[in-house]
Amino acid sequence: MQGAEAMVYSDASMRPVSSWGRLGAEPHDVVELTDRTAIAAAVTGRSGIAHGLGRSYGDACLNPNGLLWRTAGLDRLISFDQATGRLVCEAGVVLRDISRLMIPRGWNLAVVPGTQFVTVGGAIANDVHGKNHHVVGTFGEHVTRLKLIRTSGETIECGPDERPALFGATIGGLGLTGLITEVELQLRPSRGPWLEVETVPFSGLSGFFSLSDESEAAWEHTVSWIDCTSGSALRGLFMRARPAEGRSGRRWRGRMRRVPLTPPVSLVNGLSLKPFNALYYELGKRKTGVQVVHYEPFLFPLDSVLEWNRLYGPKGFYQYQSVVPRAEAFDATRDMLTAIAGAGEGSFLAVLKTFADRPAAGLLSFAREGVTLALDFRTSRALPALFSRLDDIVRAAGGRLYPAKDARMPRDFYQAGYPNLAAFTALRDPGMSSGMSRRLMGF
Amino acid sequence: MKIVVIGATSGIAEHCCRLWAVEGADFVLMARDTAKLERIAADLEVRGAHSVTLAKPEFHDPAAIKAFADSTVAQGPVDIVLIAHGWMPLDQHKLDIAAAEQILQVNAVSPVLFAEAFAGPFAAARRGTIAIIGSVAGDVTRRANYVYGASKALLTRYAQGLDHRLVGTGVKVVLIKPGPTDTAMTTHMKEAGKRLASAEEVARATVDAIRRGKVEVYVPKLWRYVMLIVRHMPRPILNRLPI
Repeated sequence: MQGAEAMVYSDASMRPVSSWGRLGAEPHDVVELTDRTAIAAAVTGRSGIAHGLGRSYGDACLNPNGLLWRTAGLDRLISFDQATGRLVCEAGVVLRDISRLMIPRGWNLAVVPGTQFVTVGGAIANDVHGKNHHVVGTFGEHVTRLKLIRTSGETIECGPDERPALFGATIGGLGLTGLITEVELQLRPSRGPWLEVETVPFSGLSGFFSLSDESEAAWEHTVSWIDCTSGSALRGLFMRARPAEGRSGRRWRGRMRRVPLTPPVSLVNGLSLKPFNALYYELGKRKTGVQVVHYEPFLFPLDSVLEWNRLYGPKGFYQYQSVVPRAEAFDATRDMLTAIAGAGEGSFLAVLKTFADRPAAGLLSFAREGVTLALDFRTSRALPALFSRLDDIVRAAGGRLYPAKDARMPRDFYQAGYPNLAAFTALRDPGMSSGMSRRLMGF
Repeated sequence: MKIVVIGATSGIAEHCCRLWAVEGADFVLMARDTAKLERIAADLEVRGAHSVTLAKPEFHDPAAIKAFADSTVAQGPVDIVLIAHGWMPLDQHKLDIAAAEQILQVNAVSPVLFAEAFAGPFAAARRGTIAIIGSVAGDVTRRANYVYGASKALLTRYAQGLDHRLVGTGVKVVLIKPGPTDTAMTTHMKEAGKRLASAEEVARATVDAIRRGKVEVYVPKLWRYVMLIVRHMPRPILNRLPI
């Protein structure tokens, strides 16, 4: 048994790896990390990037023709204090496992992104946000301590009060400050798995903004789906949720289906976009009113369809997620939607959400005060021109794009959006390098 | 629920334990890699295990294995013993005979000794489930893994007879036959681009089979039919297949 493991480590050879956008499958030298006491030996003196579940859409988790340290096997819990809600775990633990285990004990992760299939390490490296940003901020705000192993061989513990500069660089640091191996999280008291959910149809951006303003005080989760094919006559569904006190809804079986194959062409296309969006809107409208719903289908609607990214066909897809300051958000969002509708492109699930004004947890954190818009686009010839138009709008509004979703933003736009980059670079682990770091930072 | 797991650091066994831990099980775990086993024990405790005891690793000495089984059962009724240890080196047609002996010891002789050691006390207590991790490789063997496959074939026949022996005692025998599973043993297959079942998926099926007391389970289920076909292929065809 020992022999088999040793052989596996020395026998690492190249295999194709894709990220969630499936834009390519470059060969990678994949090293599986399973033993947290053996990481320093695997990392020291080498160059590569950590890879969790590969849920970032572009090249943040890729290192074409180079080394990837896969962390999914680092998935052990280390300790939990029921009284304080402090959980210590390895960085490859999947968020779904924490929620499912802890909710029955009255605790849960404060922040979860739109999918539960991400690792704790990935959630930190991208400083992910959820639908409750206005209440709890980003994932990094709830990390109380973490352990980094640098390619120099050094092991460093850091936290908000211990080596805070390095800690701040690691939150949202795209894995570039060292390999995150162990994490201490402050969980948040949970009142069970049930949410009281209300869906409110709206029209026009002003409808969205007034619903946001009116909802945030009393509703923990807010998010909007918009029909991105509706152009100037914008329509959407505003969804808000809060813990359902002492009530429960229909049993959630958590059944999952898998997209069984990759269709030869994208099923998201000019023919399907309008009917799908119209149908989604009509079905959503019928749900108007308050319902009690399990948190999983509300917070992670796409998680019950495994490998839904295959729907975009063999060429893969791009996601474009921007944030612009609230003061500019009305005009910028209107201009972006007009540009998208004009290009005849769009996505099934366009999402609009407000971010609160809170100090960022990390030097390179994406979330900031303002409004974020996220859209999927199938790969097409019209995209580069559309993206550069959208970039212009976001940039002029003083906004930025989300690296976790990005595979193509120009370097100068990245630098403009992330003014702390120079301070960050000084704290990087020079051995950590990804496709994204070379594209956006030069090394 | 008291559960004994032999080879508890194997990917499938660890994921089975995680499922049992949330039900508050009491564990007795044995594995060669004691440092890894300690990490797993801490993990299971956080996940809700009522207690985790680490047994001294002893895989080959029949007297020690018998003493372990007797003392474990004497300390309180055992519900399940899961025998999950295994070792699958690559390219077995290129190995020397010492390695062949080692493969047979680890994958065939040792699991049988553990099952034998628990069968008596279980039968006397008229309760318990003996679960053994076999393999689809036990149905048909190929040059790259035939010594391993032959060991697993021995477990298949052994489990059949053990089940017969224990009829009427209330003791159940469950043989799990996973297809290639995503564990430390199979990283080379992932590199070849093969799609592997996840250890979590195989564990869920294993725990379910044990709960229901199924005699023989293929995981994923499709393997039952795949192996049925492969087993009945004429030799000239089988030997030309690139498997």
